Amino acid sequence: MARIIVVTSGKGGVGKTTTAASLAMGLALRGNRTAVIDFDVGLRNLDLIMGCERRVVYDFVNVINQEAHLRQALIRDKRCEDLYILPASQTRDKEALTKEGVGRVLEEMSEEFDYVICDSPAGIEKGAFLAMYYADDAIVVSNPEVSSVRDADRMIGILSSKSRRAELGEEPIKEHLLLTRYDPKRVERGEMLSVDDVLEILALPLLGVIPESQAVLNASNEGIPVILDEKSNAGQAYRDAVARYLGEDLPQRFIRPERKGLIGRLFGG
Amino acid sequence: MGLLSYFRSARPKSAQVAKERLQILVAHERQMRDAPSYLPQMQRELLAVIRKYVHVNDDAISIQMEQDDNHEILEVNIVLPEDGAGRTKTPELRGN
Repeated sequence: MARIIVVTSGKGGVGKTTTAASLAMGLALRGNRTAVIDFDVGLRNLDLIMGCERRVVYDFVNVINQEAHLRQALIRDKRCEDLYILPASQTRDKEALTKEGVGRVLEEMSEEFDYVICDSPAGIEKGAFLAMYYADDAIVVSNPEVSSVRDADRMIGILSSKSRRAELGEEPIKEHLLLTRYDPKRVERGEMLSVDDVLEILALPLLGVIPESQAVLNASNEGIPVILDEKSNAGQAYRDAVARYLGEDLPQRFIRPERKGLIGRLFGG
Repeated sequence: MGLLSYFRSARPKSAQVAKERLQILVAHERQMRDAPSYLPQMQRELLAVIRKYVHVNDDAISIQMEQDDNHEILEVNIVLPEDGAGRTKTPELRGN
């Protein structure tokens, strides 16, 4: 039985797809059979971030509609043999995803994989609802910024009241907070909410803090999940987050500014 | 902190403002989200009944539902106008 993980946020542009891609790659690199599904029907993008956009033949909606078998639609990653991508459809039909259809596909995937990661679209419409509905774990992605924290809180409310687990009265979805685009220098200057501020407001266990990094854009430019950029802070922070998800106890590494020289320290900065 | 920061102004840092705004907003929104769906309708109907007898503004009534471990408190707060028949009190109705 696979563990189903939703990567969600409410607000768009906070790093859901970047996170889903890196988390999936990180879990697969550790030998877990992993699949990552793009739930953003009509606005497919996970394929680009994963660098498999030219290998898409069938998609998630084809599988739901039984126009293709799951194994025909799954794209095997070229860098890691345990990783598969199920791309979103580009249809404009908003009713393309159904609760039953998604449930059936996830059930089939559960038999083959250890982890199935659902990359949620932004918003709280049907796609986002179905991405979280069957989840066992949720990774709530937020930036240290007011609108994204507010929307994350909204999403936390939806996770605890609208999911299948909530409906059946089962153990609730296990939630984790991933704080992305964190700039320790701006935090130190009092210009950005700190990790502690966000934790105080959202009250979720912290999975990781991903520092603001140029490596993220470079990685998406090239279709390489940033976790594979081992030299970058962001890549290392994602590796730590994956390890923590799997139960390792690691300190947060990128929440303080890098050390400055004497002159820098003397004049603040 | 560096020497220069000593001379900087005492204006509150924007992150502090952000945190305070969020705390208030999120607390309010959580309360709304946990509240039963009939509350807004009940609020409108209560207001209509009160207006039969006293003229009050739309914002003179507030309803809150609080949950403790084993009981719920419905708190209805109505602010009556200060003029008219010497009413200056704020009656509170409480019930389970």
